[in-house]
Amino acid sequence: MAVAAATSAPLIDCRKAWAETIEALAAEDERIVVVVNDSVGSSNLGGFQEKFPQRLVNVGIAEQTMVGVGAGLANGGRIPFVSAASCFLTARAMEQLKADIAYAGFNVKLVGQSSGIAYGELGATHHSIEDFAWLRALGPITVVAPCDAWETAEAVKWAAIHEGPVYLRLSRMKVPTLDLPNRSFTPGKAELQRAGSDVTIIAAGTMVHLAVEAADMLASEDLSARVLNMHTISPLDIDAVAKAASETGAIVTVEEALDRGGLGGAVAEYTSATQPVPVERMGFPGFMPTGSIASLFEEFSLTPRGIADAARVAIRRKGA
Amino acid sequence: MTHALKTDNSDGLIRQKALWMRQQALKMVYDKQLGHLGGDFSAIDVLATLYFGVLRFDPERPDWADRDRFVMSKGHATGALYTALAAAGYYPEAWLDTYMEHHSKLNGHPNRQYLPGVETNTGPLGHGFPVALGIAIAGQMAGADYRTYVLTGDGEQQEGSNWEAAMTAGNRRLKNLTLIIDRNRLQQGAPTEETNGLDPLDDKYRAFGWQVVEIEGHDYGQLLETLGAPVGDRQKPLCVIANTVKGKGVSFMENQAKWHHGVPNAEQFAQAMKELI
Repeated sequence: MAVAAATSAPLIDCRKAWAETIEALAAEDERIVVVVNDSVGSSNLGGFQEKFPQRLVNVGIAEQTMVGVGAGLANGGRIPFVSAASCFLTARAMEQLKADIAYAGFNVKLVGQSSGIAYGELGATHHSIEDFAWLRALGPITVVAPCDAWETAEAVKWAAIHEGPVYLRLSRMKVPTLDLPNRSFTPGKAELQRAGSDVTIIAAGTMVHLAVEAADMLASEDLSARVLNMHTISPLDIDAVAKAASETGAIVTVEEALDRGGLGGAVAEYTSATQPVPVERMGFPGFMPTGSIASLFEEFSLTPRGIADAARVAIRRKGA
Repeated sequence: MTHALKTDNSDGLIRQKALWMRQQALKMVYDKQLGHLGGDFSAIDVLATLYFGVLRFDPERPDWADRDRFVMSKGHATGALYTALAAAGYYPEAWLDTYMEHHSKLNGHPNRQYLPGVETNTGPLGHGFPVALGIAIAGQMAGADYRTYVLTGDGEQQEGSNWEAAMTAGNRRLKNLTLIIDRNRLQQGAPTEETNGLDPLDDKYRAFGWQVVEIEGHDYGQLLETLGAPVGDRQKPLCVIANTVKGKGVSFMENQAKWHHGVPNAEQFAQAMKELI
């Protein structure tokens, strides 16, 4: 499941950061509870269950009730983290996400595990590439896709204190922790990973370190690529997008998700209405054929080379 | 904190409130020419009993942590819920006149962010029960003594999410949870048993680990006795199958599927008001 690293940094499964953080938060705040659908193992919540058995509600394989119970626990004064494979959490319980969480406005944290194509060969039923588009459509839910273990921990900490519904899109893919001095996680504000002036690569989640590597490749050709870590898909950091459009004149979006309706869709919606610039949207076109994570990333060009190629296209389209 | 009954209804309070709720619901639906009177009228006696005989609440403190919760899972029956909450003092009765108007707080289906006293947003069926389950689990976790009541329609029981919730409640022995099924035997277009039959509903809930009681849903004595009974030694959630009449109280609406969302004309309105005394 490893994805090629941008650096020699060790590759880390971010679920560990999620589990350690939620356990630490629960030790400090007894309102924090978790709700799962037989997903204790896949959510890495064995330790939580051992420490706080009364605060883990396992409804079994019943996602609609899992989300409804989350809303009810919030009504009862708890801060529930509803954790399940994102493919089931979002698709199976979509009407509950809409009516019980987004529309009712309950303070529930939805934790989508093993998102994107993390389940690789298990196929399209187990992939969660539609979630950005679906969750973006539910305005009141803040959608966050952390890019590494550090950001995962920060996002979980923020979600616990934020008053309002949140969707945390986590991955089981091993990724490097990005090496940036003085990092801080501000929801709704993109993190500048690389400065640049010819093009901006806007990436989220597992794609961020690949975008950094692509920027390094472009630098060797004297192309200056800015890289933004757009960890918050909704609401979008429109200031950062506006600056990218005005200062670099071309944008590439990269997400481990559908190539429409998600990050790329949001960027295109904004730029087309305000500052039309070339936007190359990278992602998946639809249901994936059978394949490993690596082979699917390769086929759909979600690689440093593929991203660099898209950046060159975007630069060429300037003024076209 | 006790859960003593608020009234034994010897003064006719619940009957009087239920009558007022039916009159108001009828006016709302007639004025707006929109609504679900059949299901309002089958449920109103249950709601009147809960709000005026059973529930522990304070309309001045809708977020009071120890309040008993009532979740209206059949969210389309706003004529029952909105009149109950107004009668209970959550908001002025005058608000009922704004029913379904542009930007009204009284939407066609209830929204907790619009109105105090609404515990969760419902409308799509099969949502209120799982949320009530979560509320009851929160109470169980905290060792709180508040009780959670949820009312579903009987046709609503066809939604699978109810059975997920029923299984979990039974397994967790959630004795603080009471499910009331408004068993009027009619859904939107036809009898439930001709659509996707529910019987034997009592055996189904027993098999899911519930204590089941079947009562007459318009008999205030039976409603008070069943819904107001202390949890006592009961170690299971309670399912109350309330046998009701869709359109109860207005002769030409009773047991007629077309009055699920039928709206009265002027003549029917006058006739119905005459019968509601």
